[in-house]
Amino acid sequence: MANKKNNDPFWWTLFGAGGTISAFFIPIHVALIGIAIPLGWFAMPDYEGLVELARHPLSRIYLFALISLSLFHWAHRFRFTLYDGLQLKHLEQYIVVFCYGSAIVGTVIGLIFVLSI
Amino acid sequence: METTITLEVQRYLPEKDTEPYFQEYKVPLRKKWVVLDALNYIKDNIDGTLSYRWSCRMGVCGSCGMMVNDKPVLTCATFLEECLPGPIRVAPLSYFDVIRDLVVNTDGFMDKLKRVKPWLITDQVKPVPEGEYRQTPEQKAEYDQYSMCINCMLCYAACPVAGLEPEFVGPAAIALAQRYNYDSRDEGRKQRNEELLGEGGIYSCTLVGECSEVCPKAVDPAGAIQRYKVSGAAEWWKSVVVPWGDT
Repeated sequence: MANKKNNDPFWWTLFGAGGTISAFFIPIHVALIGIAIPLGWFAMPDYEGLVELARHPLSRIYLFALISLSLFHWAHRFRFTLYDGLQLKHLEQYIVVFCYGSAIVGTVIGLIFVLSI
Repeated sequence: METTITLEVQRYLPEKDTEPYFQEYKVPLRKKWVVLDALNYIKDNIDGTLSYRWSCRMGVCGSCGMMVNDKPVLTCATFLEECLPGPIRVAPLSYFDVIRDLVVNTDGFMDKLKRVKPWLITDQVKPVPEGEYRQTPEQKAEYDQYSMCINCMLCYAACPVAGLEPEFVGPAAIALAQRYNYDSRDEGRKQRNEELLGEGGIYSCTLVGECSEVCPKAVDPAGAIQRYKVSGAAEWWKSVVVPWGDT
């Protein structure tokens, strides 16, 4: 029966937020750093300037959200890919721990990273 | 001489067959004949033992849904000419248990429908002398689309999650829950949430979207489920942040 409570609304919120933020912002990063700057459309920003930009509190919050939420987006999608795509639903407990656990570990690493820039 | 088209129809007679098999029938290829007309022709003229469900012949009753060339469709709305040159493969709806030939067992679906309480729920019933529950055209438009569902179950035959997880409530039942959730006269959302926010509920959906592709009534069950996920998540967070609040 469907009335067993679970935490799916929580994971789905992180999944949805991660999908939205990565869909909107990662293409901008790819376009700027991966295409526009190597092709010489923009001047290469100097290292010191970039570090200063990344150290701004708003940049740190942005980078942390981008890293963490994208990982949760991956975790939720990969969980269901393993359930339905590879039909491993019987390993549910391990899959949940692996997927969300990886995202949590990644979030902690991401936090350390943005604080240590 | 009249041109013909071949139908490969899945047969299964539980009293004598151990497994389903396909049987070929040649039927006249007539303009304006739909697959259901061809099945009726077989039943009346070639093989009276063929079993299938149908009723209205005009896309309203929702009983003639079958897999035609591996796609879930209403056979009353699928023209033979759309399936040229043939043969046309007709099978019972995917993921359902087959009772006989093209007739599937709908008990599981009926049970799911009941669980989402697709009827108006009010905390207090207004006495009749106080008049009707009035609604503006805008309020009616809120749920109109979801009320078009004819329970044909094509969306269940199209949804891979419903196929893999029998406990998943499924597209039509969730769309019908939303039909009442969005009704200004209804107060049953909380009761439906109990069924739909938990295991086997809306969050089992992975937004494959096939339900909306095959829906003959443009109900867009996938959209209904996505809207429910958003509001369900908001209600879940509210219940965590304000546990004493009424959610």
